Amino acid sequence: MNALSLRNLRKTYNNGFEALKGIDLDVKAGDFFALLGANGAGKSTTIGIISSLVNETSGTVSVFGHDLRKENQQAKRCIGLVPQEVNFNQFETVRNIVLNQAGYYGMSSKEAKISTEHCLKQMQLWDKRDTVSRRLSGGMKRRVMIARALVHSPKLLILDEPTAGVDIEIRRLMWEMIREVNQNGTTIILTTHYLEEAENLCRNIAIIHQGLIVENSDMATLLGRIHVNHFLLDLANPLQVAPQLEGCVCELVEEKVLSVSVPKQTSLNQLFEKLSALNIEVVSLKNKSNRLEQLFMDIVQ
Amino acid sequence: MNSAIALRTIAFKEIRRFVRIWPQTLLPPAITTALYFLIFGKLIGSRVGTIHGISYMEYIVPGIILMSVISHSYANVVSSFYSTKFQHNIEELLVSPVPNWVILLGYIMGGIARGLLVGLVVTLISLLFAKIAAPHLALALLVAFLTATLFSLAGFINAVFADSFDDISIIPNFVLTPLSYLGGVFYTVEMLPDIWQSISLANPILYMVNTFRYGLCNVSDVDTVLALIITSGFIVVLTLFSLLLLHKGVGIKN
Repeated sequence: MNALSLRNLRKTYNNGFEALKGIDLDVKAGDFFALLGANGAGKSTTIGIISSLVNETSGTVSVFGHDLRKENQQAKRCIGLVPQEVNFNQFETVRNIVLNQAGYYGMSSKEAKISTEHCLKQMQLWDKRDTVSRRLSGGMKRRVMIARALVHSPKLLILDEPTAGVDIEIRRLMWEMIREVNQNGTTIILTTHYLEEAENLCRNIAIIHQGLIVENSDMATLLGRIHVNHFLLDLANPLQVAPQLEGCVCELVEEKVLSVSVPKQTSLNQLFEKLSALNIEVVSLKNKSNRLEQLFMDIVQ
Repeated sequence: MNSAIALRTIAFKEIRRFVRIWPQTLLPPAITTALYFLIFGKLIGSRVGTIHGISYMEYIVPGIILMSVISHSYANVVSSFYSTKFQHNIEELLVSPVPNWVILLGYIMGGIARGLLVGLVVTLISLLFAKIAAPHLALALLVAFLTATLFSLAGFINAVFADSFDDISIIPNFVLTPLSYLGGVFYTVEMLPDIWQSISLANPILYMVNTFRYGLCNVSDVDTVLALIITSGFIVVLTLFSLLLLHKGVGIKN
């Protein structure tokens, strides 16, 4: 069953800007799905329409088989949204923010209290439950929004850049939390600018560009399309000119830093043999960019 | 979907909000109206004499109570709903399966609660200065309720269209306050020249103030039945308009 189906979804804003030019998209139940795109590509508009924050110009949205227009309440019950910007009442306590959201979904007081406690503990915020939300750190505020989105046990959780602006430690902690939510059966749609995040977490991916879906496949197939790996090598000794390596493209970034583009069929062992033959000693190696980032740039450029 | 729970959640949230900031919401009207009663009622009123057979102090008490109800029911909804828009936490409601009528009613209930609570505070203050016989108490309570409802709706519509904090003060300052002061709070329309009497009759607040005064003092410049019809009519029109705005997402959706 599809958790989400979009058909010929279009959106033209009042100023004439055509944000979506007729997109079709299916997300299977249980999936961890990445929706990627540059700023202004149309991903926030898409999420806005799915979560009823933006009125579509035409097209249909179906959530677990419920048409968002015709079966509005059933469709909305299935969705939990973690928006890009902090959007809760900054003067409310953490517990009341989550409890109020439970109330909007019609949960009884008893159910709401149990679920609020569960979600706040899951997001490691229980000890902050009586703190006024404006006093929380950026990472905690993001986790409050996740707890709030989960309180009514949605079947589809939409995360719109959930880790933007949080430090790497908190980001990794949030990844674990989100992964656990998905493992418990919740379908997740993630938008992010951290392509490493999408590569680590998601099984399927769509790339939206200028209001159109330009790529839609599973992550493994997509990454399998990479023909060249790009590496940065830290050298033991300085070089004056970039070496000539057969089949590879080398560029000297600094005296002791060499950028190498290696065909996928060339193994690292072969590369090091070639370098050793030229008496070039490598101290360390790293990917020049994330693999998905390479593909993303290839697709949207 | 249990709409009753959602309604209770919104209404309680709204009531908690103004009670939590009581020094800003409940205390100022007590002080302001005490000054009105002291200056207009006690000091100046003693020189005015009687109007329609009652003292000037007794004459102005209903108007000042209702003026407080009007301004505070309006202020509660316009400031709360605009803040909800401004902080984007309106999205919490838009994402969830809360029907539009529940959103509207929840905010209106908050406005009514504050309007009536302020009205009660002002009434208690007024008892220090005048005796209120309240021969038609039920009518007075009905008018207070309808007035609070009407101006809560007006505050909601103002908040929907507002794009800045300036926009939520323009209507109260330049429309509501003049209409309230010219709505027969401090005088009977019989005191005015004919042309101004006719103009005053186009002011809906005049009808509410006089009907409320009839409920508390048995004195009115207008037909009370007509006043109830006019007030109810406005409530119906503003309710339908508010629901239309919510349905279209004016001011709250892209």
